[in-house]
Amino acid sequence: MLITGWRNKAGFLPTESNAWRAMQITNILIDGVSYGMVLFIIAVGLSITMGLMRFINLAHGAFAMTGGYLAAWLVRVQGWPFVPGVLAAVLVTGLLGAALEVLVLRRLYQRSELTQVLFTIGLTFLFVATANALFGPEVQLIPLPAWLSAPVNLGVRTLPMQRLVVVAAGVLVMLASTWLLKHSRFGVWLRATVDNTAAASSLGIPIQLVYVLTFATGSALAGLGGILGAELMPLEPYYPLKYLVLVLVVVSVGGMGSIAGSLVAALTLGIVETATKYWASSYGSLFFFVTMALLLAWRPHGLLNSASRLKS
Amino acid sequence: MASRLLSALKKSFACALLIAIALVIYFLFPGQLPLAARMAIMAIFVMSLDLVVGYGGLATLGHSALYGVGAYAAGIVATRLTGDPLIGLLSGALMGAATAALSGLFLLRYQGLTFLMLSIAVSQILQNLASKLRGWTGGDDGLSGYSIKPLLGMASFDMYGKVAFIYCVVMLLVCLFVMRRLMASPFGLTCMGIHQNRLRMSAMGNDLNATLLKLYTLSGLFAGIAGALSAQTSQIVGLDSLGFELSAEALVMLVLGGAGSLYGAMAGAAVFMGIHHLASSVNPYHWLFIIGGMLVFVVLVPRERWLAFVRKPKGAASHA
Repeated sequence: MLITGWRNKAGFLPTESNAWRAMQITNILIDGVSYGMVLFIIAVGLSITMGLMRFINLAHGAFAMTGGYLAAWLVRVQGWPFVPGVLAAVLVTGLLGAALEVLVLRRLYQRSELTQVLFTIGLTFLFVATANALFGPEVQLIPLPAWLSAPVNLGVRTLPMQRLVVVAAGVLVMLASTWLLKHSRFGVWLRATVDNTAAASSLGIPIQLVYVLTFATGSALAGLGGILGAELMPLEPYYPLKYLVLVLVVVSVGGMGSIAGSLVAALTLGIVETATKYWASSYGSLFFFVTMALLLAWRPHGLLNSASRLKS
Repeated sequence: MASRLLSALKKSFACALLIAIALVIYFLFPGQLPLAARMAIMAIFVMSLDLVVGYGGLATLGHSALYGVGAYAAGIVATRLTGDPLIGLLSGALMGAATAALSGLFLLRYQGLTFLMLSIAVSQILQNLASKLRGWTGGDDGLSGYSIKPLLGMASFDMYGKVAFIYCVVMLLVCLFVMRRLMASPFGLTCMGIHQNRLRMSAMGNDLNATLLKLYTLSGLFAGIAGALSAQTSQIVGLDSLGFELSAEALVMLVLGGAGSLYGAMAGAAVFMGIHHLASSVNPYHWLFIIGGMLVFVVLVPRERWLAFVRKPKGAASHA
């Protein structure tokens, strides 16, 4: 909804020449792709919990916020170096997800969707209140090291290194999670568990461990997204509620459980939102939601899922 | 016959109780009338949500769209046409119903999560449109500066909110009566049947989409009434009346009170708003601790179980 950080930098050429227009489109693509990558990294974990584990986790944004807050606290307050700080924040977020799964969430898998929605909204409220109680209502900044804020010349435009890292991280997450699900032993376990829990369990697959690990990975990825996207989506106590809708939109348009679908949806919607900021900012997020409604109406089960693959 | 008489007594008892509560508030807590009026408005809104969620079985997080258009319709009518409250109320109701009918034609083709997400999209699109159309809606600043004429040409809205309170309570009773009749009618039973088993209901020759569209439109009518009442009593309409938070809060109220029961919807709205009022006067973030804790509690400890503590064991058994 808000792009506060990366602003339109194309204002320095006043004439509407073709070169200017081409450059503006390049800018939109670059900004849109990096925005989309952040959305993707946050959304991919939710897509897996919702699509494969059938658990509607509206507290997913809260994990993204936790990751961001932890990174900000470690790096800015505790003075850790950037990379270890980020890694520790991601790890702790994953552990928190695992703890929550073990303590409460696993009791809710068999409950109705509405129950899951309410519980996780309640959990989100608790996260919001806790964040405020511990850190106050101010926006938390994660200071970037010099090598990340340094400009890089791409030929068409100079970008801060940070944005390239975001895109690279997005691609990496996409490849790693696809491999993990499709080709690794763990992916086989997960898919078997989801398809038929009883049979998987009797074959000796540790189903509870599979669920915990999946949930923890999803939470850790959300934390990573929260850290990488902190410039775009400022970290403040209401973060989980503010960006919840965005992430849910990406998941539902991409199709629950589809990693490639989430990526395509995130990039499309990221570019639409960025283009709106450049060309028609007075319309707010109108086109974002119009695009979402059209895509969802056209492919209710996800962009890359044909209608025939209804309920598997 | 006896059970019928008993249930009739029970129903009129609920109405009488409501009137009694209203009288107590009116005479004993005159300082709380604006809050009580807002509770009544929210109760209408949550009941209208209950028609869709509790009876129709369609989980929606975009119900504020219907409330918001009702509020804006009443505000715009008061700004540009006439300050007569009943005309404003009617236009709000019609606008809510029309929006529901139009969006329902599109939304009701989908179910489950797709429906939920598309309902969010509709409300967000309307909110962004309202923000864009500054000339009509006032944009981010909200629509204000209109005046509402005396009710029925006699009772003018006073600063203590006495007339507003009576107006809202009377509308609450009217809405409750109409909705209760509606849901006890064959139409209401059909909706509940669709909630329970779509396949069977369509095999019995029901046109599911037509029934649900009717339900959604009626729900929009009542949500529009709630929005119009809020526009008229608070004399301001903001963009938040179309927002996601309002939809989510209304859903929370509904589930706290118990979806599928109009009285539950009312109770949920009253309890939620009462606690909100008390807690947020201390600190708005503490309020989130309380509501978050309440939600977690309600889910982890099922309603039947804590009702069993409140009621006698016999009453709890029939509730399961």
